[in-house]
Amino acid sequence: MTIINPILEFKEVTVNYTSSVQAVKGVTAAIERNSITAIMGPSGCGKSTLLRAANLMHNLYPNIRIGGEILLEGRNILDMESIEVRRKIGMVFQRPAPFPTMSINENVLAGYTLNGIHLSRAQKADIVEKSLRSVSLWDEVKDVLTKKGTFLSGGQQQRLCIARALALQPEVLLMDEPTSALDPIATKHIEQLITQLKDDVTILIVTHNMGQARRIAAKSMFMYLGDLIEYDDTKKMFTDPANELTSAFLNGKMG
Amino acid sequence: MKKRILTSHIVHYGVCVLAALTSVPLIAILGEVLIKGYKQFSWAFLTQPTPTAYKAMMALAQGEDIPGGIANGILGSLIMLLMAAIIAIPVGIMGGIYLSENSNKRFAQIVSYMTDLLQGTPSVIIGIITYIWVVVPMRGYSAIAGSVALTVMMLPLIVRSTEETMKILPQSLKEAGLALGGNYAKVVMKVQLPSAFGGIFTGVLLAISRVIGETAPLMFTALGCQVIRLSVDKPMSAVPLLIWEFFNDPNLQDLIWGASLFLLLFVLSINLLSKYLAKKWQS
Amino acid sequence: MSSDKTFRVLLFTAALIIPIIAGGIIYSLTADSYDALRHFGFLRFLFSSEWSYTDGAESYGALPFITGTLLTTALALLFCIPFSLPVALFVGEYYKGTKLAATLSTVTDLLAGIPSIIYGLWGFYTLRPIIIWLGISDEGSGILTASLVLAIMIVPYAASLSAEFIKMVPNELKEGAYSLGATRLEVIRKVVMPVAGPGIFSAYILAIGRALGETMTVTMLIGNTNNMPSSLTCTGNTMASIIANQFGEAEGLRLSSLIAIALMLFLITAVINMIGKILIKRARIA
Repeated sequence: MTIINPILEFKEVTVNYTSSVQAVKGVTAAIERNSITAIMGPSGCGKSTLLRAANLMHNLYPNIRIGGEILLEGRNILDMESIEVRRKIGMVFQRPAPFPTMSINENVLAGYTLNGIHLSRAQKADIVEKSLRSVSLWDEVKDVLTKKGTFLSGGQQQRLCIARALALQPEVLLMDEPTSALDPIATKHIEQLITQLKDDVTILIVTHNMGQARRIAAKSMFMYLGDLIEYDDTKKMFTDPANELTSAFLNGKMG
Repeated sequence: MKKRILTSHIVHYGVCVLAALTSVPLIAILGEVLIKGYKQFSWAFLTQPTPTAYKAMMALAQGEDIPGGIANGILGSLIMLLMAAIIAIPVGIMGGIYLSENSNKRFAQIVSYMTDLLQGTPSVIIGIITYIWVVVPMRGYSAIAGSVALTVMMLPLIVRSTEETMKILPQSLKEAGLALGGNYAKVVMKVQLPSAFGGIFTGVLLAISRVIGETAPLMFTALGCQVIRLSVDKPMSAVPLLIWEFFNDPNLQDLIWGASLFLLLFVLSINLLSKYLAKKWQS
Repeated sequence: MSSDKTFRVLLFTAALIIPIIAGGIIYSLTADSYDALRHFGFLRFLFSSEWSYTDGAESYGALPFITGTLLTTALALLFCIPFSLPVALFVGEYYKGTKLAATLSTVTDLLAGIPSIIYGLWGFYTLRPIIIWLGISDEGSGILTASLVLAIMIVPYAASLSAEFIKMVPNELKEGAYSLGATRLEVIRKVVMPVAGPGIFSAYILAIGRALGETMTVTMLIGNTNNMPSSLTCTGNTMASIIANQFGEAEGLRLSSLIAIALMLFLITAVINMIGKILIKRARIA
């Protein structure tokens, strides 16, 4: 498999929680632009840790050490300011967590208010509508934009959080098991949405659900105990895995 | 962007500086009391009663150290605390058990609010009320009145801490006890209370450290007394009362710091002990 | 089974003592302040600023002391916030769960444990000379001096309760805000503070409740004059300090007037504390 047009590249990335525990043990992989790449693996394999490293989330926790390089358009983000990187690389978390003190409107615009960017009323309305439309939430909430986002259903909340991340027009969107807290119908909704989004943004998604990876991802990684075991076209990996561990995982012989 | 990061850092350091400044009064107070009180501390200071103003004046005039100490206050504080504890601890624990067992009853909710009300009542008002309830009918100030005031102050504290400790005990504990055929009283006394002992004990210690330093509720109840006295129907002294007397009597001012050092060490060590035990029992 | 019943009755009786005491306080204070309130009339007592106990020309009004209480409490709150809020953020956010935070918590715990009479001594012998030296007032005692020490005394309460609410702000919300490119300050201002806001607010209400009734420290530092305060640096009295000062020597109408002031103080602190407790319960559930 070759990556023709990478936007994000991991080079020998290591993540240590304390000096003794290594959660990611030197992962090298390039991510194809405007596509969906899934990271799979049993829990504790380091997939979330790797994803969070691309958003520099480790900077929030002083006991986490990171090594190697993560290149965004060829620039090592580990040398950049977190706030600059995070505007270019958005993130969606496991549990939908809209800001409870903000309305739906304010939640979508949170990226701008948090960054102290002033927008005109027209710009705001435009961004809110565009972002909510892109997550197919506009029709459902357009009459309750001034209400708190916490009254929405779980699936709607998660779409709101995706809209919140998309509002800043990131180049890459990282998704950390975005459907693990949702019911099957809401999950299906989000999956459809993700496949539509790939034209505008590159998506890197962590999932413990291999069905999900097969349904939406063009390329898939399989990680095990901090190592990247296999990285290939999703179709190829599911039909003809190169590694025994991958095959064991795909056949459900591994947690 | 640089400006935003810089602002964030400046505020971070500002927070650290202001937070650190909060320890300045603690160090200043501890330092002042330690340095000034250390000189007065001696065996005699702890075992002799307060001198009269006259004796102190004569000693000062001759350039000698003021004789005597705070033994009457120490003894008075302990006696009144003991009498208060004998009532407040069992009643408070039982009240706390009632609240935790009946938390959905209307009456228990009212009691719970009243507990908050009592806990927030300024201590000077507790002093007045004890004056009305005890000093006036008994026609005089007494150690009994002082200990009633302390009891009223301790009660809500013990009720609250008992209630909170009992509430976090697992329900399974009680069910297991009842399933074994124990009756309600036995299960509470033999199963739940022992499991809650740590929390209740630290609550009692905290209540003691709160009331032992109180002056206002004792001023109009125990009044104070210059000699060592054991009869509880007569006025009695206490360490904080002595400090108040020393503060107001120019002849006795040399004794302020020794008495303060004693009170501070006593209160803070009980306070720290209870926090330490709370942490130990939690884990 | 009958031992069970006795046991339940025993528990109930113990619990019953609390409302009896609380009701008794209200009853006794009302009954004993009746003389003064009837003699002067409630409104005149409330709004008269005269406090004179010359025989034959007795006249008592609570206004100077109510004013004194409100002024010292407001000033104490003002001086308290710039320190209690940083302490709360230090313990609950910036250094949450670290040894540093635990150390600062111990410091504030110890501050909370110092008896008020010792705060009074420190204020009198250390702070008062500084106030005189700075030329803020000639005597050094006064509303400002009392408020400064009062502020130090309420910092631990406001800070530890606020920190509790700041700690409870879910990590997911903070990470969500960081992932949008916010700086730490922006996360604190736009996410942590708004979410913890109701809890922090209730913490300050409870701190006010403490400041209102604080007696010994204020009595030792406020200068104990019974006139209407004319400035923030002048001497005065609070409701609690006038009681501490005069209760021991008072008789008749003056005693009843002091008890009337105690009744008012009791009601004010009761209302403030109730509001604080209700708000805090709501904030904990949310």
